[in-house]
Amino acid sequence: MSALFEFLLRMGDNTLVLGHRVSEWCGHAPILEEDIALANTALDLIGQTQMWLGLAAEVEGKGRTADDLAYRRDVIDFRNCLLTELPNRDFGHTLMRQFLFDAWHKLMLTRLCDSSDERVAAIAMKALKEVSYHLERSADTVIGLGDGTEESHAKMQSALNRLWPYVGEMFEADSVDDLNAQEGVTVNPSELRADYDRIVYDVMSDATLTIPDSRFAHRGGRDGSRHTEHLGHMLAVMQFLPRAYPDARW
Amino acid sequence: MSELEQVWARLREVPDPEIPVISLVDLGIIRDVEKRGGETWVVVSPTYSGCPATTVIENDIRKHLSKHGLEVQIERRIAPPWTTDWITDEGRAALKAYGIAPPSTAKGPAECPHCGGHDLERVSQFGSTPCKALWRCNDCKEPFDYFKCI
Ligand SMILES: [Zn+2]
Repeated sequence: MSALFEFLLRMGDNTLVLGHRVSEWCGHAPILEEDIALANTALDLIGQTQMWLGLAAEVEGKGRTADDLAYRRDVIDFRNCLLTELPNRDFGHTLMRQFLFDAWHKLMLTRLCDSSDERVAAIAMKALKEVSYHLERSADTVIGLGDGTEESHAKMQSALNRLWPYVGEMFEADSVDDLNAQEGVTVNPSELRADYDRIVYDVMSDATLTIPDSRFAHRGGRDGSRHTEHLGHMLAVMQFLPRAYPDARW
Repeated sequence: MSELEQVWARLREVPDPEIPVISLVDLGIIRDVEKRGGETWVVVSPTYSGCPATTVIENDIRKHLSKHGLEVQIERRIAPPWTTDWITDEGRAALKAYGIAPPSTAKGPAECPHCGGHDLERVSQFGSTPCKALWRCNDCKEPFDYFKCI
């Protein structure tokens, strides 16, 4: 498996898995405007997935399509970071997860606009416009709820405590990252950490939330070695139709 | 009229499926019409990567042009990414007449598309389609869609 293919899976699986998670809110959000906002965010992420996994399939050159990669792989073949597969829980938790991901996503895409692979740069430039908007919204909502009522504050603090151990994995680098960074295709994710910490610190300060001290990080998503038990359940729902009716067409 | 000019003229007749007052050309998503070998190619840039209208738009183009005896191939091009700067002045006027505030350079709409008022507030960052946000005018009290500036 080439390092480029592996990298494209990581990008595409992040947006696919988080996009599906966010889409689970469709019809369930606390108010109509939030329902629409979540559905639109999910739609952007799924659109980005089509580009990343489409390119992954092309690079692999085995005749697979983006749909094949999305619907016909099992848990161990997924390369999303663990943060994206965690269940939604409550609305505040969903938006906290979104913010923690968006902040990383925007930094990563910004750097990928300068990728030596022009196909990667093209996708990054397209996605960056959408993700900048996602970050603006998730940061605003985290601040609004954190610096809100006693109850919303408590829920946001507990969401941050629960999700924080899943942040570190986004900045880890392995031999795949080293190879791609050497080629100039991508950057070593650890280079993004300082900027990320600044963004998170500013937003959490405005949100009157306390960032946990621990840097402990759960890992195993982006190399597929140990996903959480939640991903399999999610795939069972997401992949049901194409697996029950293989090759069905609209 | 050359064949390429005919294609452009026919493309001006194809409306956006979600905002039918604006044509695909005025929306700025038709980037090029050109001959490649014996074939005529239309280059289309999607507005948002997940926009469900993208496939509908490509089908609409093929259907409308073939009705007029023009066969085209379609290339979907993402770079450079589509920007609201590519919406023509005619397109902006059509959006406004339809009640959608056209994209503005500032952080939000320039004025209320209903009454021209300037006391505006954002209700939601997203609206009925990925390309719009929901705003409200405190002068005439009416809500309106704002075509997001990207
Ligand atoms: Zn008004």
